Amino acid sequence: MIAYLGYIFIFLGTLAFLISAIGLVRMPDIYTRMHVGTKSTTMGTLLVILGTICIEPSWAWKLILLAIFILLTNPLSSSVIARASHTDGATLESDELKEMQK
Amino acid sequence: MFELVTLLLLLSMLITLYRFLKGPTLGDRIVAFDVMNIMGVSLLVLLALYFQRSLYLDIALVFGLIGFLGTTIFGRYIEKGI
Repeated sequence: MIAYLGYIFIFLGTLAFLISAIGLVRMPDIYTRMHVGTKSTTMGTLLVILGTICIEPSWAWKLILLAIFILLTNPLSSSVIARASHTDGATLESDELKEMQK
Repeated sequence: MFELVTLLLLLSMLITLYRFLKGPTLGDRIVAFDVMNIMGVSLLVLLALYFQRSLYLDIALVFGLIGFLGTTIFGRYIEKGI
C-alpha cells in the first residue's frame, strides 16, 4: 500500500522537474530563470527522495543524508549565481521601480 | 511506471539542454547546468531503485558535491575572473 504512495510521490517530483524545465525556457530574464530553476528542482528532488524512502525503507539513512545535502547546497548555489550575475550587470526585463523613479 | 518516470525526467533534461545551448549570457548557461546536475542526482536515485543497488546512492551524493563545486567555481569566475 505504501509503495503506491511512493510511486505517486516520485511521479509528482518528476512533474515538478518538467514544470521547472518548461519555466526555464519560457521565463524572460536571468533572475526569474534562476528562481524557477532552483526552488522547483529542490521540491522535485525532495519528492523523489521521499518516494524512494516509501518504497525502500532500509535505504532511509543514505537518502536522508542526500536530502539534507540538497537542502544545504541548493540555495547556496542559487545565491552565488544571483550575486555573480548582479555583479556582471544583468537587469530585469521589466523593472517597474526604475520606471517609477524616472 | 519506472520507464514513464525516467522518460519524463529525460524529456525535462532535454528541454533544459535547449536553454543550455541557446542561453544569451553565461549566467543562463550556469543556471541550466545547475538544474541538469540536480536532475542527474534524481536520475541516479531512480536508477538505484530500478537496479536495486544502494551503491548508486553514494554515486549520487558525490555527483551532487562535484556539481555544486562546479556551479560555485563558475559563479566566482563571472564575478572576479580567473
